[in-house]
This record gives sequence, structure tokens and C-alpha cells, in this order.
Amino acid sequence: MKIKVNGTYETVNDAVTLLEIITKKGLSPDRVIIEYNKIIVSKEELPKISPKENDSIEIVAFVGGG
Amino acid sequence: MTDSLIIAGKELNSRLFIGTGKFSRKDLIGDVLEQSQSEVVTVALRRVDLDSKDDNILDYIPKRCQIMPNTSGARTADEAVRIARLAKACGCGNWIKIEVINDNKYLLPDNLETLKAVETLVKEGFTVLPYMSPDLSMAKRMVSAGAAAIMPLGAPIGTNRGIKTKELVRIMIDEITIPIIVDAGLGRPSEAAVCMEIGASAVLVNTAIATAENPAKMAKSFALAVRAGRLAYLSGITPKNKRNLIAEPSSPLTGFLFNEGKDS
Repeated sequence: MKIKVNGTYETVNDAVTLLEIITKKGLSPDRVIIEYNKIIVSKEELPKISPKENDSIEIVAFVGGG
Repeated sequence: MTDSLIIAGKELNSRLFIGTGKFSRKDLIGDVLEQSQSEVVTVALRRVDLDSKDDNILDYIPKRCQIMPNTSGARTADEAVRIARLAKACGCGNWIKIEVINDNKYLLPDNLETLKAVETLVKEGFTVLPYMSPDLSMAKRMVSAGAAAIMPLGAPIGTNRGIKTKELVRIMIDEITIPIIVDAGLGRPSEAAVCMEIGASAVLVNTAIATAENPAKMAKSFALAVRAGRLAYLSGITPKNKRNLIAEPSSPLTGFLFNEGKDS
């Protein structure tokens, strides 16, 4: 199935959880913030949520800025 | 004498806030914060670049510092609120610098959208510091909405042009009861000193330090200038209307060596 991650569509397995999507990308849930269909998801919730077709995930973090 | 700045109950000994953008290497940020002893540090929030494994900016900011995420990238109040909520979820506290910009040439803030974001976020328990064009009546509305400090711009972001808005900022300092922090456009330590001399509570500097040949030294220089300017403000600078157009000697006009006999 296809989901949108940071604005780009990608194909993932059907039952994959948000936590698995992040860790597969080499990211630690302690270092990023996840927004799932515009709702912020806590670290604890990440293994409990499996996205559906066309769902949208934003993975964000702090960068340098003024 | 203690002269700390208190924002939202947090006691700050440094009146120089530092922005972390544009540094050529992230490890320079640690040196800058060490040299400046700054305690408030801005960061931005962005999508993680999934193609490059960049290290985390927070690793370079000492724990003693208050993180102040900005809402850069927001073009409306709603977008700023969304960014603020995400930033808070990072677990670095509830401070937020509201930055709502829809002018790509001069990057001037949209004061009305900024105010709307302040109203929403204060109700949600954020410590809100709006970045704004210096406008007294809008600043008063920001105060009524519960802003913790007001951050008028000195000049457009990243221009290093100095305190071009001086008179408007001075009026805001005179009329606004919460801290005024000059943010953006300061290019030299002397310009930061001027802001402090006229009574700003603090300044926020990024580009001038980040793009200096030696950022750590420049950070120290800014820190000293901010302290000097603050001390001058507290010392009571001679008002302009007590200054003269013609010279007035500082040394006595009596007892010159070259006069004959006793001075009359």
C-alpha cells in the first residue's frame, strides 16, 4: 500500500506500524516527532498505530534556525 | 548587583539570545554558547531529511540553555500553531518564538497572523515570544494576549544592517511593560550595544555570529557589547536635551600655568 511520508509517496507493507516505519529509516523515536494525519503521536503510541492507504506521516526534528 | 532578566519565571543572566542557523559546522554552536554564555537558544523545526543522516542539533546545545523553537516556515497563524505543537512534543519545554512570514523578499512578519497565533498558543500554555514588525498598538495587543516578551526586528532577517527601526523600538520600550528583545538584522556588536543602551531587555543574534570568520570570538564580542550597553542603560545616559552643540570643557577653566598672577 502507498502512504505519504514527508510529502512523498512510498510503498509499505500492510500491517507495518509507525514505529517500524521510523526505525527502518534508521531514525530513533527519541530524536524525531511524528505527526500522523496531522495528529501528533507520542512515542508510546507509535507501535500501536498501523497506517492505512493514502495516510500521511510527517517526521520532523529540530535543525539550526534563528 | 544582580540584573537578571526574568521571562516566564526563568531567571536569565545573559541578555544575548543566540540563533543556531547558518553555521558552517554544528560543533561551532557549542563554542559560541561557551564563549557567549548565552542561555536562550533558537532552533527551527523541519522535515527530517531521509536521505542524509544528519546529527541532532540539540547535541550541541548545553542542558543549561533554554531552547526556544521558532515557527519559521509558517505563513499563517494556523501553520505557526501546528509547528508550535510539534515543537512542544519534542520535550524541550514550552517556549516558542512565533514567526509568521509571507513576504519572501524582506521576510517581514505578518503581525496580524502572529497575534492570532499568540492568542491560541498562550491559551494552550505556551510561553510565547512573538517576532514582529515594530508597531506599538500591535505590540500592546500581543501583551494583552499574554505574550511573555515582544521581539521587534532591528532590520530584515540576515541583512546585518543594524538597528534601523531604532525610534519605533525605543517607543515600544517606553510604552510596553514586558521585555522587548530586538531580534534580527543586527550585524555588529556596537549595534547590539545601542539596543541595550536604549533599554532593550535583550537581543537575539544569529547571522552576524554564524557567518563571522570566527563565530566563537564574535559571540564573545556580542556578549560583551550587550553587557556594556546594558550597564550604560542602567547608569543613566545623559539625555540628548542636556547635550550641547558647542564644546564645553571637561577640565577646569581656572589655574592655568600660563596666566599672569592669580586668576580673577
